[in-house]
Amino acid sequence: MGYFSNIYNGIKTLLTGMSVTGKYFLHSRKGAITQQYPDNRDTLKMFDRFRGEVIMPHDENNEHRCTGCQKCEIACPNGTIEIIWDRGIDETTGRKKKKIDQFIYHLSMCTMCGLCIDVCPTDAIEWGQNFENSVYDRTALTRVLNLPGSKLQPGVED
Amino acid sequence: MKYGLSVITTIHDWLYSVMPEWLAGLVEMILIAMVYLGIFSVAGLFLVLLERRVAAWFQLRIGPNRVGFQGLLQTMADALKLLSKELTGTQKADKFLYNLAPYFVIITSLMALAVIPFTAEFHAFDINIGVFFLIAISSIGVIGILLGGWSSNNKYALIGAMRSGVQTISYELSIGLSLLTMILLTGTLQLSEIIEVQKSGWLIVQGHIPAVIAFMIYMIAGTAETNRAPFDLVEAESELGAGFHTEYSGMKFAYFFLAEFINMFIIAAIATTVFFGGWLSPFGITESIPWLGVLWFLIKTLLLVFLMMWFRWTFPRLRVDQLLTLEWKYLLPINLVNIVIMALLIWGNLIIKF
Repeated sequence: MGYFSNIYNGIKTLLTGMSVTGKYFLHSRKGAITQQYPDNRDTLKMFDRFRGEVIMPHDENNEHRCTGCQKCEIACPNGTIEIIWDRGIDETTGRKKKKIDQFIYHLSMCTMCGLCIDVCPTDAIEWGQNFENSVYDRTALTRVLNLPGSKLQPGVED
Repeated sequence: MKYGLSVITTIHDWLYSVMPEWLAGLVEMILIAMVYLGIFSVAGLFLVLLERRVAAWFQLRIGPNRVGFQGLLQTMADALKLLSKELTGTQKADKFLYNLAPYFVIITSLMALAVIPFTAEFHAFDINIGVFFLIAISSIGVIGILLGGWSSNNKYALIGAMRSGVQTISYELSIGLSLLTMILLTGTLQLSEIIEVQKSGWLIVQGHIPAVIAFMIYMIAGTAETNRAPFDLVEAESELGAGFHTEYSGMKFAYFFLAEFINMFIIAAIATTVFFGGWLSPFGITESIPWLGVLWFLIKTLLLVFLMMWFRWTFPRLRVDQLLTLEWKYLLPINLVNIVIMALLIWGNLIIKF
Protein backbone atom coordinates (compact mmCIF):
# COMPACT_ATOMS: atom_id res chain seq x y z
CA MET A 1 0.00 0.00 0.00
CA GLY A 2 3.04 2.26 0.03
CA TYR A 3 2.20 3.39 -3.48
CA PHE A 4 -1.17 4.92 -2.64
CA SER A 5 -0.07 6.41 0.68
CA ASN A 6 2.77 8.03 -1.28
CA ILE A 7 0.27 9.65 -3.60
CA TYR A 8 -1.91 10.73 -0.68
CA ASN A 9 1.01 12.20 1.26
CA GLY A 10 2.34 13.88 -1.85
CA ILE A 11 -0.93 15.64 -2.58
CA LYS A 12 -1.43 16.53 1.10
CA THR A 13 2.00 18.12 1.47
CA LEU A 14 1.67 19.98 -1.84
CA LEU A 15 -1.67 21.42 -0.72
CA THR A 16 -0.15 22.40 2.64
CA GLY A 17 2.56 24.30 0.83
CA MET A 18 0.05 25.96 -1.45
CA SER A 19 -2.06 27.06 1.50
CA VAL A 20 0.99 28.69 3.10
CA THR A 21 1.88 30.67 -0.03
CA GLY A 22 -1.81 31.38 -0.60
CA LYS A 23 -1.98 33.06 2.80
CA TYR A 24 1.06 35.13 1.90
CA PHE A 25 -0.58 36.09 -1.38
CA LEU A 26 -3.73 37.30 0.37
CA HIS A 27 -1.81 39.27 2.98
CA SER A 28 0.71 40.81 0.61
CA ARG A 29 -1.23 44.09 0.45
CA LYS A 30 -0.76 44.90 4.12
CA GLY A 31 2.32 42.86 4.92
CA ALA A 32 4.60 43.81 2.03
CA ILE A 33 8.12 44.24 3.32
CA THR A 34 9.24 46.36 0.38
CA GLN A 35 9.99 49.96 1.29
CA GLN A 36 9.23 52.35 -1.57
CA TYR A 37 12.14 54.44 -0.43
CA PRO A 38 12.22 57.92 -1.93
CA ASP A 39 8.43 58.14 -1.62
CA ASN A 40 8.21 57.24 2.04
CA ARG A 41 11.30 59.13 3.09
CA ASP A 42 9.43 61.09 5.76
CA THR A 43 7.90 58.07 7.45
CA LEU A 44 10.64 55.51 6.88
CA LYS A 45 11.98 54.15 10.15
CA MET A 46 14.99 51.86 10.08
CA PHE A 47 15.08 48.90 12.42
CA ASP A 48 16.89 49.10 15.76
CA ARG A 49 19.94 47.06 14.84
CA PHE A 50 20.57 48.88 11.58
CA ARG A 51 24.23 49.93 11.19
CA GLY A 52 24.14 53.23 9.39
CA GLU A 53 27.03 55.19 10.83
CA VAL A 54 28.81 55.70 14.16
CA ILE A 55 27.45 58.62 16.13
CA MET A 56 28.29 60.15 19.52
CA PRO A 57 25.15 61.20 21.35
CA HIS A 58 25.22 64.44 23.32
CA ASP A 59 22.80 65.40 26.05
CA GLU A 60 21.02 68.74 26.40
CA ASN A 61 24.01 70.34 28.17
CA ASN A 62 26.21 69.56 25.17
CA GLU A 63 27.99 66.84 27.14
CA HIS A 64 29.22 63.53 25.71
CA ARG A 65 30.42 60.39 27.47
CA CYS A 66 33.81 59.95 25.79
CA THR A 67 36.74 59.86 28.20
CA GLY A 68 39.34 59.63 25.45
CA CYS A 69 40.56 56.19 26.48
CA GLN A 70 41.28 55.39 22.80
CA LYS A 71 40.11 51.78 23.11
CA CYS A 72 37.98 52.26 20.06
CA GLU A 73 40.92 53.59 18.09
CA ILE A 74 42.95 50.49 19.00
CA ALA A 75 40.05 48.16 18.27
CA CYS A 76 39.33 49.60 14.85
CA PRO A 77 40.80 47.23 12.21
CA ASN A 78 41.35 49.87 9.53
CA GLY A 79 42.08 53.17 11.25
CA THR A 80 38.66 54.67 10.82
CA ILE A 81 38.73 56.35 14.22
CA GLU A 82 41.33 58.91 15.15
CA ILE A 83 41.25 60.62 18.53
CA ILE A 84 43.12 63.87 18.98
CA TRP A 85 43.45 64.37 22.70
CA ASP A 86 44.83 66.91 25.02
CA ARG A 87 45.64 67.35 28.71
CA GLY A 88 43.51 69.90 30.46
CA ILE A 89 43.07 71.02 34.06
CA ASP A 90 40.19 69.29 35.78
CA GLU A 91 38.06 71.91 37.57
CA THR A 92 37.10 69.80 40.59
CA THR A 93 40.43 68.18 41.46
CA GLY A 94 42.76 70.71 39.91
CA ARG A 95 44.94 68.00 38.41
CA LYS A 96 45.95 67.54 34.84
CA LYS A 97 43.61 65.11 33.05
CA LYS A 98 43.28 63.53 29.57
CA LYS A 99 40.34 64.74 27.50
CA ILE A 100 39.37 64.57 23.84
CA ASP A 101 39.87 67.46 21.54
CA GLN A 102 38.50 65.93 18.35
CA PHE A 103 36.96 62.49 17.81
CA ILE A 104 37.59 62.04 14.08
CA TYR A 105 35.57 59.39 12.26
CA HIS A 106 36.34 58.53 8.61
CA LEU A 107 33.04 57.19 7.33
CA SER A 108 34.62 56.41 3.96
CA MET A 109 36.88 53.83 5.60
CA CYS A 110 34.37 52.34 8.03
CA THR A 111 33.26 48.76 7.37
CA MET A 112 30.48 48.92 9.99
CA CYS A 113 32.06 46.03 11.92
CA GLY A 114 30.99 47.55 15.23
CA LEU A 115 34.10 46.62 17.22
CA CYS A 116 34.49 50.21 18.46
CA ILE A 117 30.99 50.24 19.86
CA ASP A 118 31.43 46.84 21.52
CA VAL A 119 34.68 47.88 23.13
CA CYS A 120 33.66 51.32 24.44
CA PRO A 121 33.59 51.13 28.27
CA THR A 122 31.38 54.19 28.71
CA ASP A 123 28.94 53.71 25.81
CA ALA A 124 30.01 57.02 24.34
CA ILE A 125 29.48 55.97 20.73
CA GLU A 126 26.62 54.01 19.19
CA TRP A 127 24.97 53.14 15.86
CA GLY A 128 23.09 55.86 14.04
CA GLN A 129 20.16 55.13 11.73
CA ASN A 130 21.05 57.56 8.99
CA PHE A 131 22.01 55.89 5.71
CA GLU A 132 21.83 58.77 3.24
CA ASN A 133 25.56 59.29 3.18
CA SER A 134 26.27 60.07 -0.45
CA VAL A 135 28.15 63.34 -0.95
CA TYR A 136 29.90 65.02 -3.85
CA ASP A 137 33.12 65.68 -1.93
CA ARG A 138 34.78 62.88 -0.03
CA THR A 139 36.16 65.22 2.62
CA ALA A 140 32.58 65.51 3.84
CA LEU A 141 32.85 61.88 4.94
CA THR A 142 35.50 62.74 7.52
CA ARG A 143 33.55 63.81 10.52
CA VAL A 144 34.26 65.18 13.97
CA LEU A 145 31.83 63.39 16.19
CA ASN A 146 32.09 65.53 19.34
CA LEU A 147 30.28 68.80 18.93
CA PRO A 148 32.27 72.02 19.26
CA GLY A 149 32.48 73.20 22.87
CA SER A 150 31.22 69.92 24.26
CA LYS A 151 32.72 68.38 27.37
CA LEU A 152 32.66 65.16 29.31
CA GLN A 153 29.50 64.35 31.17
CA PRO A 154 30.27 64.41 34.93
CA GLY A 155 30.16 61.04 36.68
CA VAL A 156 31.08 58.93 33.66
CA GLU A 157 34.50 58.02 34.97
CA ASP A 158 33.32 57.00 38.44
CA MET B 1 -19.21 40.57 -31.09
CA LYS B 2 -22.06 41.03 -33.58
CA TYR B 3 -20.70 44.41 -34.64
CA GLY B 4 -17.15 43.05 -34.78
CA LEU B 5 -18.34 40.13 -36.86
CA SER B 6 -20.04 42.43 -39.38
CA VAL B 7 -16.78 44.36 -39.78
CA ILE B 8 -14.95 41.10 -40.45
CA THR B 9 -17.54 40.00 -43.04
CA THR B 10 -17.35 43.41 -44.71
CA ILE B 11 -13.58 43.10 -45.04
CA HIS B 12 -14.03 39.54 -46.26
CA ASP B 13 -16.53 40.55 -48.96
CA TRP B 14 -14.44 43.54 -50.02
CA LEU B 15 -11.31 41.40 -50.36
CA TYR B 16 -13.08 38.85 -52.51
CA SER B 17 -14.58 41.58 -54.71
CA VAL B 18 -11.26 43.29 -55.58
CA MET B 19 -8.97 40.25 -55.95
CA PRO B 20 -9.02 36.82 -57.51
CA GLU B 21 -10.18 34.15 -55.07
CA TRP B 22 -6.82 32.54 -54.34
CA LEU B 23 -5.14 35.89 -53.64
CA ALA B 24 -8.00 37.08 -51.44
CA GLY B 25 -7.79 33.88 -49.41
CA LEU B 26 -4.07 34.35 -48.99
CA VAL B 27 -4.39 38.01 -47.99
CA GLU B 28 -7.12 37.11 -45.53
CA MET B 29 -4.95 34.44 -43.91
CA ILE B 30 -2.06 36.89 -43.61
CA LEU B 31 -4.34 39.53 -42.10
CA ILE B 32 -5.71 37.12 -39.51
CA ALA B 33 -2.21 35.93 -38.68
CA MET B 34 -1.13 39.56 -38.22
CA VAL B 35 -4.05 40.24 -35.88
CA TYR B 36 -3.22 37.17 -33.80
CA LEU B 37 0.46 38.08 -33.77
CA GLY B 38 -0.31 41.60 -32.61
CA ILE B 39 -2.78 40.56 -29.94
CA PHE B 40 -0.71 37.78 -28.51
CA SER B 41 2.68 39.42 -28.47
CA VAL B 42 1.09 42.14 -26.35
CA ALA B 43 -0.89 39.61 -24.31
CA GLY B 44 2.33 37.66 -23.72
CA LEU B 45 3.97 40.81 -22.40
CA PHE B 46 1.09 41.37 -20.02
CA LEU B 47 1.33 37.76 -18.87
CA VAL B 48 4.98 38.42 -18.01
CA LEU B 49 3.89 41.45 -16.02
CA LEU B 50 1.17 39.40 -14.30
CA GLU B 51 3.71 36.74 -13.43
CA ARG B 52 6.04 39.31 -11.89
CA ARG B 53 3.32 40.98 -9.87
CA VAL B 54 1.90 37.66 -8.67
CA ALA B 55 5.36 36.41 -7.79
CA ALA B 56 5.94 39.58 -5.80
CA TRP B 57 2.69 39.16 -3.90
CA PHE B 58 3.55 35.55 -3.08
CA GLN B 59 6.86 36.71 -1.67
CA LEU B 60 5.38 39.67 0.28
CA ARG B 61 6.91 42.15 -2.12
CA ILE B 62 5.21 44.79 -4.27
CA GLY B 63 6.61 44.08 -7.71
CA PRO B 64 7.11 46.43 -10.67
CA ASN B 65 4.79 49.40 -10.16
CA ARG B 66 6.74 52.36 -11.52
CA VAL B 67 6.43 52.38 -15.32
CA GLY B 68 2.91 53.48 -16.17
CA PHE B 69 -0.06 53.03 -13.88
CA GLN B 70 0.75 50.17 -11.47
CA GLY B 71 3.64 49.15 -13.72
CA LEU B 72 1.42 48.33 -16.68
CA LEU B 73 4.04 49.49 -19.19
CA GLN B 74 6.99 47.79 -17.49
CA THR B 75 7.16 44.76 -19.79
CA MET B 76 6.60 46.97 -22.85
CA ALA B 77 9.68 48.92 -21.83
CA ASP B 78 11.55 45.65 -21.30
CA ALA B 79 10.58 44.45 -24.76
CA LEU B 80 11.75 47.72 -26.30
CA LYS B 81 15.03 47.36 -24.45
CA LEU B 82 15.46 43.79 -25.70
CA LEU B 83 14.65 44.93 -29.26
CA SER B 84 17.41 47.51 -29.17
CA LYS B 85 20.03 45.16 -27.72
CA GLU B 86 22.85 43.62 -29.68
CA LEU B 87 22.38 40.05 -30.82
CA THR B 88 25.46 38.25 -29.58
CA GLY B 89 26.38 34.65 -30.12
CA THR B 90 29.16 32.18 -29.46
CA GLN B 91 31.93 32.03 -32.00
CA LYS B 92 31.77 28.29 -32.64
CA ALA B 93 27.98 28.13 -32.67
CA ASP B 94 26.25 26.46 -35.58
CA LYS B 95 25.01 29.78 -36.95
CA PHE B 96 22.13 28.51 -39.05
CA LEU B 97 20.53 26.33 -36.37
CA TYR B 98 21.37 28.90 -33.71
CA ASN B 99 19.35 31.53 -35.53
CA LEU B 100 16.59 29.12 -36.47
CA ALA B 101 15.83 27.84 -32.95
CA PRO B 102 13.92 30.85 -31.53
CA TYR B 103 11.60 30.91 -34.54
CA PHE B 104 10.74 27.24 -34.09
CA VAL B 105 9.72 27.93 -30.51
CA ILE B 106 7.70 31.08 -31.10
CA ILE B 107 6.03 29.89 -34.32
CA THR B 108 4.80 26.64 -32.81
CA SER B 109 3.33 28.41 -29.82
CA LEU B 110 1.59 30.96 -32.07
CA MET B 111 0.32 28.20 -34.36
CA ALA B 112 -1.37 26.49 -31.46
CA LEU B 113 -3.29 29.69 -30.73
CA ALA B 114 -5.08 29.43 -34.07
CA VAL B 115 -7.30 26.53 -33.04
CA ILE B 116 -8.31 27.86 -29.64
CA PRO B 117 -11.97 28.96 -29.55
CA PHE B 118 -12.18 32.27 -27.71
CA THR B 119 -15.87 32.48 -28.43
CA ALA B 120 -18.26 31.05 -30.98
CA GLU B 121 -17.19 33.56 -33.65
CA PHE B 122 -13.64 34.35 -32.57
CA HIS B 123 -12.12 31.08 -33.69
CA ALA B 124 -9.53 31.30 -36.45
CA PHE B 125 -9.15 27.68 -37.52
CA ASP B 126 -11.81 25.16 -36.51
CA ILE B 127 -10.42 21.85 -37.71
CA ASN B 128 -11.99 18.52 -36.89
CA ILE B 129 -8.78 17.20 -35.30
CA GLY B 130 -8.40 20.21 -32.93
CA VAL B 131 -7.12 18.48 -29.81
CA PHE B 132 -4.85 16.21 -31.81
CA PHE B 133 -3.44 19.25 -33.65
CA LEU B 134 -2.76 21.01 -30.33
CA ILE B 135 -0.94 18.01 -28.87
CA ALA B 136 1.13 17.63 -32.04
CA ILE B 137 2.03 21.32 -32.28
CA SER B 138 2.91 21.73 -28.62
CA SER B 139 5.56 19.03 -28.89
CA ILE B 140 7.24 20.62 -31.92
CA GLY B 141 8.34 23.52 -29.73
CA VAL B 142 10.82 21.26 -27.99
CA ILE B 143 12.69 20.85 -31.28
CA GLY B 144 13.48 24.55 -31.11
CA ILE B 145 14.75 24.12 -27.58
CA LEU B 146 16.89 21.14 -28.58
CA LEU B 147 18.25 23.04 -31.59
CA GLY B 148 19.06 26.07 -29.47
CA GLY B 149 20.82 24.01 -26.83
CA TRP B 150 22.76 21.96 -29.35
CA SER B 151 23.84 24.76 -31.67
CA SER B 152 24.94 27.13 -28.89
CA ASN B 153 28.04 25.01 -28.40
CA ASN B 154 27.72 25.43 -24.66
CA LYS B 155 27.64 22.51 -22.24
CA TYR B 156 25.03 24.08 -19.97
CA ALA B 157 22.78 24.84 -22.91
CA LEU B 158 23.19 21.26 -24.14
CA ILE B 159 22.36 19.77 -20.74
CA GLY B 160 19.32 22.01 -20.49
CA ALA B 161 18.14 21.06 -23.94
CA MET B 162 18.59 17.34 -23.28
CA ARG B 163 16.64 17.63 -20.06
CA SER B 164 13.92 19.39 -21.98
CA GLY B 165 13.81 16.52 -24.44
CA VAL B 166 13.49 13.95 -21.67
CA GLN B 167 10.82 15.98 -19.96
CA THR B 168 8.71 16.64 -23.02
CA ILE B 169 8.85 13.04 -24.29
CA SER B 170 7.68 11.84 -20.88
CA TYR B 171 4.98 14.37 -20.11
CA GLU B 172 3.60 14.49 -23.64
CA LEU B 173 2.09 11.08 -22.84
CA SER B 174 0.27 12.35 -19.79
CA ILE B 175 -1.13 15.37 -21.58
CA GLY B 176 -2.36 13.23 -24.44
CA LEU B 177 -3.88 10.56 -22.24
CA SER B 178 -5.59 12.99 -19.87
CA LEU B 179 -7.12 14.81 -22.83
CA LEU B 180 -8.09 11.44 -24.29
CA THR B 181 -10.01 10.70 -21.11
CA MET B 182 -12.14 13.74 -21.81
CA ILE B 183 -12.45 12.88 -25.51
CA LEU B 184 -14.23 9.71 -24.39
CA LEU B 185 -16.93 11.99 -23.01
CA THR B 186 -17.20 14.32 -25.97
CA GLY B 187 -16.76 11.80 -28.76
CA THR B 188 -15.13 14.45 -30.97
CA LEU B 189 -11.77 16.14 -31.35
CA GLN B 190 -13.16 19.36 -32.80
CA LEU B 191 -12.87 22.09 -30.20
CA SER B 192 -16.11 23.88 -31.13
CA GLU B 193 -18.04 20.65 -30.78
CA ILE B 194 -16.33 19.87 -27.48
CA ILE B 195 -17.82 23.14 -26.23
CA GLU B 196 -21.22 22.29 -27.71
CA VAL B 197 -21.22 19.07 -25.68
CA GLN B 198 -20.57 21.10 -22.51
CA LYS B 199 -23.82 23.05 -22.84
CA SER B 200 -25.28 20.25 -20.72
CA GLY B 201 -22.69 20.66 -17.95
CA TRP B 202 -18.98 21.31 -18.02
CA LEU B 203 -16.93 18.21 -18.66
CA ILE B 204 -15.32 18.35 -15.22
CA VAL B 205 -18.86 18.07 -13.77
CA GLN B 206 -20.08 15.56 -16.36
CA GLY B 207 -17.17 13.23 -15.75
CA HIS B 208 -16.91 13.95 -12.00
CA ILE B 209 -14.18 11.81 -10.30
CA PRO B 210 -12.18 10.61 -13.34
CA ALA B 211 -12.48 14.09 -14.87
CA VAL B 212 -11.03 15.70 -11.73
CA ILE B 213 -8.17 13.18 -11.75
CA ALA B 214 -7.61 13.86 -15.44
CA PHE B 215 -7.61 17.60 -14.76
CA MET B 216 -5.00 17.23 -12.00
CA ILE B 217 -2.80 15.11 -14.25
CA TYR B 218 -3.27 17.57 -17.09
CA MET B 219 -2.23 20.52 -14.95
CA ILE B 220 0.89 18.71 -13.66
CA ALA B 221 1.89 17.57 -17.14
CA GLY B 222 1.03 20.96 -18.62
CA THR B 223 3.27 22.71 -16.14
CA ALA B 224 6.03 20.30 -17.11
CA GLU B 225 5.34 20.92 -20.78
CA THR B 226 5.88 24.66 -20.41
CA ASN B 227 9.17 24.08 -18.58
CA ARG B 228 8.05 26.07 -15.56
CA ALA B 229 8.90 25.47 -11.93
CA PRO B 230 8.69 22.94 -10.30
CA PHE B 231 9.68 21.32 -13.62
CA ASP B 232 12.10 24.08 -14.67
CA LEU B 233 15.20 21.94 -14.63
CA VAL B 234 15.53 22.86 -18.28
CA GLU B 235 16.46 26.39 -17.27
CA ALA B 236 17.48 25.72 -13.67
CA GLU B 237 19.16 29.06 -12.94
CA SER B 238 21.06 27.67 -9.99
CA GLU B 239 22.58 24.79 -11.96
CA LEU B 240 22.78 25.69 -15.64
CA GLY B 241 22.94 29.44 -15.92
CA ALA B 242 19.85 29.82 -18.04
CA GLY B 243 19.78 26.37 -19.66
CA PHE B 244 19.11 26.21 -23.37
CA HIS B 245 18.91 29.98 -23.86
CA THR B 246 22.17 30.79 -22.05
CA GLU B 247 23.81 32.07 -25.21
CA TYR B 248 20.87 34.02 -26.58
CA SER B 249 20.47 37.75 -26.19
CA GLY B 250 18.24 40.56 -27.32
CA MET B 251 15.19 39.70 -29.37
CA LYS B 252 16.06 36.02 -29.76
CA PHE B 253 16.02 35.65 -26.01
CA ALA B 254 12.74 37.58 -25.93
CA TYR B 255 11.24 35.05 -28.35
CA PHE B 256 12.06 32.17 -26.01
CA PHE B 257 10.74 34.14 -23.09
CA LEU B 258 7.53 35.16 -24.85
CA ALA B 259 6.98 31.62 -26.14
CA GLU B 260 7.16 30.28 -22.59
CA PHE B 261 4.39 32.60 -21.49
CA ILE B 262 2.23 32.05 -24.56
CA ASN B 263 2.64 28.30 -24.00
CA MET B 264 1.44 28.75 -20.46
CA PHE B 265 -1.59 30.60 -21.80
CA ILE B 266 -2.21 27.82 -24.33
CA ILE B 267 -2.04 25.10 -21.72
CA ALA B 268 -4.52 27.02 -19.56
CA ALA B 269 -6.71 27.71 -22.60
CA ILE B 270 -6.84 24.02 -23.55
CA ALA B 271 -7.76 23.14 -19.98
CA THR B 272 -10.48 25.79 -20.07
CA THR B 273 -11.85 24.44 -23.33
CA VAL B 274 -11.74 20.79 -22.44
CA PHE B 275 -12.60 20.84 -18.73
CA PHE B 276 -14.33 24.12 -17.91
CA GLY B 277 -16.65 24.76 -20.81
CA GLY B 278 -14.57 27.23 -22.80
CA TRP B 279 -16.53 30.41 -23.45
CA LEU B 280 -19.72 29.06 -21.87
CA SER B 281 -20.84 31.05 -18.85
CA PRO B 282 -21.48 29.20 -15.58
CA PHE B 283 -25.13 28.00 -15.48
CA GLY B 284 -25.70 29.86 -18.75
CA ILE B 285 -26.22 33.21 -16.97
CA THR B 286 -25.07 35.33 -19.92
CA GLU B 287 -26.17 33.04 -22.74
CA SER B 288 -28.18 35.85 -24.34
CA ILE B 289 -25.08 38.04 -24.80
CA PRO B 290 -22.74 35.92 -26.92
CA TRP B 291 -19.82 38.39 -27.03
CA LEU B 292 -19.33 37.95 -23.26
CA GLY B 293 -17.92 34.53 -24.19
CA VAL B 294 -14.47 36.05 -24.67
CA LEU B 295 -14.64 37.48 -21.17
CA TRP B 296 -15.64 34.16 -19.61
CA PHE B 297 -12.95 32.38 -21.56
CA LEU B 298 -10.30 34.84 -20.42
CA ILE B 299 -11.46 34.73 -16.78
CA LYS B 300 -11.27 30.94 -16.68
CA THR B 301 -7.94 30.88 -18.51
CA LEU B 302 -6.37 33.50 -16.27
CA LEU B 303 -7.55 31.61 -13.18
CA LEU B 304 -5.75 28.52 -14.46
CA VAL B 305 -2.70 30.63 -15.34
CA PHE B 306 -2.78 31.90 -11.77
CA LEU B 307 -2.88 28.30 -10.55
CA MET B 308 0.27 27.57 -12.56
CA MET B 309 1.94 30.65 -11.09
CA TRP B 310 0.90 29.47 -7.65
CA PHE B 311 2.64 26.15 -8.39
CA ARG B 312 5.73 27.95 -9.55
CA TRP B 313 6.16 30.09 -6.48
CA THR B 314 5.38 27.30 -4.00
CA PHE B 315 7.08 24.09 -5.05
CA PRO B 316 10.81 23.38 -5.15
CA ARG B 317 12.39 22.04 -8.32
CA LEU B 318 12.40 18.29 -8.94
CA ARG B 319 15.53 16.26 -9.70
CA VAL B 320 15.68 14.48 -13.05
CA ASP B 321 15.11 11.05 -11.48
CA GLN B 322 12.16 12.38 -9.47
CA LEU B 323 10.75 13.91 -12.62
CA LEU B 324 10.85 10.59 -14.43
CA THR B 325 9.56 8.66 -11.41
CA LEU B 326 6.59 10.98 -11.15
CA GLU B 327 5.69 10.51 -14.78
CA TRP B 328 6.37 6.84 -15.45
CA LYS B 329 5.51 5.36 -12.05
CA TYR B 330 2.65 7.59 -10.97
CA LEU B 331 0.99 9.75 -13.62
CA LEU B 332 1.03 7.24 -16.49
CA PRO B 333 -0.45 4.21 -14.64
CA ILE B 334 -3.05 6.40 -12.92
CA ASN B 335 -3.91 7.90 -16.26
CA LEU B 336 -4.37 4.53 -17.95
CA VAL B 337 -6.58 3.26 -15.10
CA ASN B 338 -8.46 6.56 -15.26
CA ILE B 339 -9.29 6.08 -18.93
CA VAL B 340 -10.71 2.63 -18.17
CA ILE B 341 -12.80 4.05 -15.32
CA MET B 342 -14.09 6.82 -17.56
CA ALA B 343 -14.98 4.31 -20.26
CA LEU B 344 -16.85 2.21 -17.71
CA LEU B 345 -18.70 5.28 -16.44
CA ILE B 346 -19.84 6.14 -19.94
CA TRP B 347 -20.76 2.52 -20.62
CA GLY B 348 -22.84 2.38 -17.44
CA ASN B 349 -24.23 5.87 -18.24
CA LEU B 350 -23.08 7.21 -14.86
CA ILE B 351 -22.10 10.65 -16.10
CA ILE B 352 -23.87 13.72 -14.71
CA LYS B 353 -25.87 15.68 -17.29
CA PHE B 354 -28.22 18.55 -16.71
